[in-house]
Amino acid sequence: MRTIINNIIEKFNGDEARLMDILLDIQAEFGLISDEVVALVAEGLNISSVDVKQTLSFYHFFSQKSRGKYTIYLNDSAVAYMMGRAEIAKVFEEECKCKFGSVSEDGQIGLFNTACIGMNDQEPAAIINGTVFPKLTESCVKDLVKGMKEGKCVTDMVGEYGDGKNGSELLKSMVNNNIMKKGSVLFSDYECGSAINKLVTMTPKEVIGEVKASHIRGLGGAGFPTGMKWDFCSMAEGDERYVLCNADEGEPGTFKDRVILTELPNLIFEGMTIAAYAIGAKEGVLYLRQEYHYMKAYLEGVLNNLREENFLGKNIAGKIGFDFDIRIQFGAGAYVCGEESALIESCEGKRGEPRNRPPFPVQKGYLQKPTVINNVETLSSVVKIIENGGEWFSMMGTKETAGTKLLSISGDCKYPGVYEVEWGIRVRDMLEMAGADDAYAVQVSGPSGVCISKKDFKRSICFEDLPSGGSIIIIGKQRNLIKDIVCSFMDFFIDESCGSCVPCRSLPVILKNKLQKLLDGNGVMSDLTDLEDWSKNMKAANRCGLGQTAANPILSTLKNFRGDYEALIKNKEKDFDTGFNLDAAVAASCEAVGRNPQI
Amino acid sequence: MSEKIKFTIDGKECVAKKGQYILEAALENGVYIPFLCNMEGVKPAGSCRLCNVKINGRNMTACTTPVASGMEIESEIPELQELRLSIIEMLFVEGNHFCPSCEKSGNCELQALAYKFQMLVPRFPYEFPLKEVDATSPKLYIDRNRCIKCKRCIRTIKDEKGRSFFAFNKRAHDVEICLDKELAATMSDELAQEAMDVCPVGAILRKEKGFDQPIGTRKFDKQAIGTEIISVVENINLEGKE
Repeated sequence: MRTIINNIIEKFNGDEARLMDILLDIQAEFGLISDEVVALVAEGLNISSVDVKQTLSFYHFFSQKSRGKYTIYLNDSAVAYMMGRAEIAKVFEEECKCKFGSVSEDGQIGLFNTACIGMNDQEPAAIINGTVFPKLTESCVKDLVKGMKEGKCVTDMVGEYGDGKNGSELLKSMVNNNIMKKGSVLFSDYECGSAINKLVTMTPKEVIGEVKASHIRGLGGAGFPTGMKWDFCSMAEGDERYVLCNADEGEPGTFKDRVILTELPNLIFEGMTIAAYAIGAKEGVLYLRQEYHYMKAYLEGVLNNLREENFLGKNIAGKIGFDFDIRIQFGAGAYVCGEESALIESCEGKRGEPRNRPPFPVQKGYLQKPTVINNVETLSSVVKIIENGGEWFSMMGTKETAGTKLLSISGDCKYPGVYEVEWGIRVRDMLEMAGADDAYAVQVSGPSGVCISKKDFKRSICFEDLPSGGSIIIIGKQRNLIKDIVCSFMDFFIDESCGSCVPCRSLPVILKNKLQKLLDGNGVMSDLTDLEDWSKNMKAANRCGLGQTAANPILSTLKNFRGDYEALIKNKEKDFDTGFNLDAAVAASCEAVGRNPQI
Repeated sequence: MSEKIKFTIDGKECVAKKGQYILEAALENGVYIPFLCNMEGVKPAGSCRLCNVKINGRNMTACTTPVASGMEIESEIPELQELRLSIIEMLFVEGNHFCPSCEKSGNCELQALAYKFQMLVPRFPYEFPLKEVDATSPKLYIDRNRCIKCKRCIRTIKDEKGRSFFAFNKRAHDVEICLDKELAATMSDELAQEAMDVCPVGAILRKEKGFDQPIGTRKFDKQAIGTEIISVVENINLEGKE
């Protein structure tokens, strides 16, 4: 074992900053990372065991115990439940004879829950040993479990391949793209390399100028002007610079990056190359979420092709001195790593805890060097900007939000999938397009966004009105908004907080308990005021976007669906707290001393 | 001499060295901003969020934000004081803090802040979580009931090779501090004492030695937290020094 561990450490030059890769390889090799292995890694890297463990224990897909020969991660997001997740989970438990969160007695099959895996348009879906199985039905679950009991290889159980490149040799995936609407930027005609060939005739300043002229804003959700970001980075002091692409798409309900990664990976890598040219970077990292590990061989193949065609590597496109290459860094299951500074920490092999700002990544980012970090969609759009000019791009969209946006639409609608629309589309028109005739609520931009009601359906999707990172979840009348949606989102934030800031670690649990009190019928009117007042502290007090928005599911539904909350309070005159259950509170002590609480 | 810049906190004119963090500069100017995770001379963590101040209407942590010339900082305003009190209350409900039985009572910064902010009953329901006490190392007890996850021990207690004795384990609500078993076996008495001293609460305690400072003579027994900073500056001024 020592030899295997040492070989893995050596593969990454004994570099502590590659701890993520080391742990990923070990997890893949042994199916677990035991204390013994932790000690060996610590020794090999000359750090303490607790330092290895602090990274290991942060990520959901690392484990210290075996999760079975076959490890099944079934998505438990709100939309998965809408699409019948509960029934599918039951079939899995019956067939495997074990509960979620455990491994079958013979150690063969492990059942685990996982947050949104980017398949909201084809739920219920599960990841089994890295392979995605979408649109699960009772009969296919039974077949899968039967196959596993027979010892079949997971990849041999893959059924019909999905559309587009999902069926290609290196992907062979059942995932479907579900591209419902092609717009005029990302899905317009594309010839790989033409932007790079044009790029090398421009100066880096001209490139940044063109990106600025396009008025493109970061499409991951934050909306920071991309040209400005590149400009800051190019001006920051540093002997080396880096380009990072954020492909950690973890916001529940978004899956548009999955589609770009599948259909247009060249576009992403070309976009990274453009950014590298603009700021003078030699190295780039694509930070890819573990859930998309099934694309590994495929994307590495794409990178190799680009190297062969001299669109990556040395003297790119014949330009002397223009060197740039890209490596893929996998995550290991942590939503917060979608936050740019947490992503950088993770790339450096650490816990995905967001950094304090200043300094910003453009000043001190990856390995403390000036770093540009952009979302998949932003970098892909930049390619078209270089091809067609900034002005062309700026003519689309609204006054403050230029260009187009990929929306991932899922939930209670007829046509879930990816839509490329111009910014400024009205919610009403979007719903019509997706075939959602009687939406009760729309969650715009995922749990961290806002939940709007019918009265806001006339509003538009753009930064000046309703910003969106791409997640649109349509909630039909048949749903219990607070129980099915708000509680699910709060559970998500409770699990995904890094735990560093006190309010983000502590308050979501308190707020969730309060929701449960209301759902249990013990609520009083002052609970609503408490929910509102306490939730506001989240925005005011936390360091990063996760913490600042983690109470949004409550705040926005309290504002737009107050009636749903009030309906849970039976006696609105009652003002004393009925949440405390004396019997339940003393149950443990009664059991210990053998006393009956009623006497 | 490094460049001096001027700024104000709640209207009071202050002077700082360029690049200095607000919290550090404020303390030097005799202005107390409450904090728990910060430590002089150690890279700030910005995790307790108590030192949140308002700059141009935006909340920023004073321990991680460098002072800029002409900065107008708001600190002791009702909105922020209320936020700070609520954070203190969160810490009390997410752990199990029974002051009368705690060796650090009187020297505990969390307790002292609760007094300063006149906390009575927390607005949030107590969680009464089940937490472990780890007494496996030869020199220290780790009482996770009292840990506030400020990372002071993680950031300061290292061996001669720079390896950390302490680290976080897990994440989110389950995050906890851990002491490296192998390194703990080599820990000196001095380092063990230092670990206990940097802990703002009673989560890290020395073995075979305790209660050596009588109640009544402890740091916050007669003086509220923060007042020592103001009095130090007043003394300096009286003595006519800068």
